[in-house]
Amino acid sequence: MTKKIINLPENCVREMTEGFLAAHPSRYEKIPDVAGIRIKDTKDKVALVIGGGSGHEPMFAFFVGDGLADAAAAGNVFASPDPGTILQTARSVDVGKGILFVYGNYSGDNLNFDMAAELLEDMGIESRTVRVWDDIASAPRERLEDRRGIAGDLFVVKIAGAATAAGLTLDEAYRVTKKARDNTFSIGVGLQGATIPGQAQPVFSLPDNEVEFGLGIHGEPGIRRMKLLPADEMVSMLTELLLQDSGIQKGDTVCTYVNGLGSTTMMELHIMNRKLALLLAECGIAVHDMEVNSFVTTQEMAGASISLLKLDNELQQYYDAPCSSPYYKK
Amino acid sequence: MKELTYEQMRQMLLFVADELISQKPFLTEVDSKIGDGDHGIGMETGMKNVKAKLRTLSDGSDIYLLLSEAGKAMLLSMGGASGVIFGTMFLGGAKGKAPAAAFDCTKMTDWLAEGLAQVRLRGKAAIGDKTMVDALAPAVAAMRDYSGNDLRILLERAEAAAADGVEATKGYQAKFGRAKSLMERAVGYQDAGATSVWLILRAMREYTEKAGKTQ
Repeated sequence: MTKKIINLPENCVREMTEGFLAAHPSRYEKIPDVAGIRIKDTKDKVALVIGGGSGHEPMFAFFVGDGLADAAAAGNVFASPDPGTILQTARSVDVGKGILFVYGNYSGDNLNFDMAAELLEDMGIESRTVRVWDDIASAPRERLEDRRGIAGDLFVVKIAGAATAAGLTLDEAYRVTKKARDNTFSIGVGLQGATIPGQAQPVFSLPDNEVEFGLGIHGEPGIRRMKLLPADEMVSMLTELLLQDSGIQKGDTVCTYVNGLGSTTMMELHIMNRKLALLLAECGIAVHDMEVNSFVTTQEMAGASISLLKLDNELQQYYDAPCSSPYYKK
Repeated sequence: MKELTYEQMRQMLLFVADELISQKPFLTEVDSKIGDGDHGIGMETGMKNVKAKLRTLSDGSDIYLLLSEAGKAMLLSMGGASGVIFGTMFLGGAKGKAPAAAFDCTKMTDWLAEGLAQVRLRGKAAIGDKTMVDALAPAVAAMRDYSGNDLRILLERAEAAAADGVEATKGYQAKFGRAKSLMERAVGYQDAGATSVWLILRAMREYTEKAGKTQ
């Protein structure tokens, strides 16, 4: 039995949202009737709307902020929000310049966001969609569109937030965001499973002393299961896979992100980051910025992922633009 | 019975909704084996919304509108993949149709066949992917094969074909949803969405049996 500090499982998302709003009453508000959070002062720009299943906090619900998303639609734990929730969330921040949707590439999310986009279209509200598919372990390069979205959400949401805040048109913000998506690559390693609130057992489990390379953020299987190795060896393997798949090489500039999945400690994440920095230096790859945190989590899951964002001048300009939210600032 | 009136169709949908709500523990159990265990809760939410919507539609006369509204009630409220999929099953074959005051075997078959086509278009699932399509597709095929005009027999055949489809899902690996991550470990368990299709068709057949007796 997994222990969690909750009340009724079916109230988790609502109560979490209420707790977040209690902590930040001046900046955020709930969207009436649905599980969505929006920034209070609506800006005269293309609206960035993100969302997905809950349980990955602070992504997506808490990535609403200046230079980030204008609103987020929250589903139940690990389940996409319904089209009604997405529609209400998007309409609440629409100022007539269009909606840019950014979310992870999962069948449930795709179905529900597409349906919401169709309903918006019927109302004469234009939208564009960028699905994040950064997990290189989830499908081969030839089937990019089958890849899942994991911690690379951070880079894509960051760039999309900066692009819309800069006043770009919907089509331009869409182009820049797609470019960020196409230059973001991640891979993770899972050590231990996660439990949906209210359930007795984790959604998956790994034998003691074994890890899974390429494990998805809901426990989807990776590319190989193996014995737990020292951090440096695991980081070397993950980085090698990333460089191979992305084609990132000597002379390129990257931003990096080591993401913890929930219960992996800051100590472990920084031990990983140390090796990542050494490896990139050895390869002659310039590092513009390194982020180490747990922004895209999976409840109490143990494990971590490494993400690389290959920069060009345009992406760097949007990456460096200021942004602010309770958990992520630049 | 040869056809359903508007009011009978409304009563049938209410009966289906009550049936699915009462099957929540069973659907939860089925889904917990290989999914997130939330399918029963999702169907309950959707069907409660269907009931609320149907109660406001007692004065209508167009069956397609009734089915569209039932589909929208599910689609907008359930979340996950099943909201869109089951909403589309009801809505897909009803949207944009000339009003119908009665439903015979042909209309019933065409409605579900178009619903299936729309579901496949949206969800992109094929037979054998361990989804609700594995129950709905054989059910529609069985309805197409029936050349008679008795709705009860039509739905009985659909129900039987769906039951076989549910049974067949036990042999499949999943291509969608949480069960996808289980690969071969999902084999041996039935799909929850396919199970719901079977329960819906079973409830529809039961209703025609009851309504036929009182006619």
